[in-house]
Amino acid sequence: MKYLVNVTTLAYKDDKCAGCGRCVEVCPQGVFEMNEKKAMITDRDLCMECGACAKNCDFEAISVNSGVGCAAAIINSMIKGGEPNCGCSDTSGSSNCC
Amino acid sequence: MEILKFVKKVQPPYVTGTLTTPAGTARRVATSWSRQDRWGMIRSRISAFRMAYIVEPGLYAVGSPTKDSDVFVTANYKLTFDILRRSLYQIDAWILVLDTKGINVWCAAGKGTFGTDELVRQIRLSKLDSVVEHRRIILPQLGAVGVSASQAQKITGFRVFFGPVDARDIPAYVALGRKKTKEMSTIRFNILDRLVLTPMEINPAMKKFPWFALAVLVLFGLQPSGILFSSIWHPGMTFLLFGLLAVLAGAFVTPVLLPFVPFRSFAVKGWIVGMAMVAGAVLIIDPLPLHNMLLLVSVYVFFPALSSYIALQFTGSTTFTGMSGVKKELKIGITLYATATAAFIIMVVVYKLKEWEVI
Repeated sequence: MKYLVNVTTLAYKDDKCAGCGRCVEVCPQGVFEMNEKKAMITDRDLCMECGACAKNCDFEAISVNSGVGCAAAIINSMIKGGEPNCGCSDTSGSSNCC
Repeated sequence: MEILKFVKKVQPPYVTGTLTTPAGTARRVATSWSRQDRWGMIRSRISAFRMAYIVEPGLYAVGSPTKDSDVFVTANYKLTFDILRRSLYQIDAWILVLDTKGINVWCAAGKGTFGTDELVRQIRLSKLDSVVEHRRIILPQLGAVGVSASQAQKITGFRVFFGPVDARDIPAYVALGRKKTKEMSTIRFNILDRLVLTPMEINPAMKKFPWFALAVLVLFGLQPSGILFSSIWHPGMTFLLFGLLAVLAGAFVTPVLLPFVPFRSFAVKGWIVGMAMVAGAVLIIDPLPLHNMLLLVSVYVFFPALSSYIALQFTGSTTFTGMSGVKKELKIGITLYATATAAFIIMVVVYKLKEWEVI
């Protein structure tokens, strides 16, 4: 399943890629594939901005403005300010998220 | 033996014994689910029970692991832990449970509690380097959001392998020599996966329902002489019914039928389903109060919008919606929802004023 097109903040610089394959290993959406010892983007609209690839790229070839794609979290952050997060991991966490 | 039982800390029922390791003792756990485990799963799927469904962090064993056995890392949400141990049926392995405050791997990784620091901490606390001779650990793939494999290796010496997304694929992953197929590393989100999530979509929506009900009943019951209960029933009950219908459309039908409802936007999907159900109910039930044109229009303006808003909440439970997309939807959506709500209130108030022959 695919979400909105042309919205992801995923950016990839293939000249920095060292071909370690970590991005292919961690992406749950199959955005990356290996092609002749370098990573290649298959379909960037599949990206859900979880940030696993950027977190595990040691060569700074990938950047993405990662965060939770959750309406309740984003509405909360609009009201209270700060970054959207679902509060699931707080001890006071609400029971109605992820 | 009997006396020892009382002296020792009472162990949870899924612990079947202990195993002596060079670093002390590890608890051995069953790879099958008891009735209690199944009941726990159901309760955590439908209610806030899941917020306190936890396992003590630390090292566990399944089967008879040795110094050469694989180590699987997981979160301390009990349902997560249960799914992992069930997937390790007939496999001898170690399980290292991180303290994620009772939250599943993915959500905890997003927050950083299933993260590099906690992984390093648990590897040290459990003295993993003396329990196993190899230097590799297998993490759930969705933990990669919070764990930097290279940092963890630099600090602990353990090489991180991100295993399959779904614990069910672990036996196949192990058999392939820690290699993943594309299917194993891509997240699934089929109709059943979505269906089990719906109770926790309906539940929070219904928690707010009494406020809506109160507002509707007061509004329709209001008379120049006070609140008259006899006049609540007709329009009030009709509106409550449509409120329930909107919750059903947004929190159940839209999530379940997600890929079959046209358009990518969740707000649009929810509106379409809401509109279809409202129109269907108007045609089939043909409620008398809606013979009033003003009330009929107000129903069509408000309830599909409500369904749309509720459907948008499901973005928090899906596996493929990103923050930029949801922000874009909200940017347009919130204005429309506010407008629809305001128009709805105005129409109902005008209806009441006409009823009182004020205008």
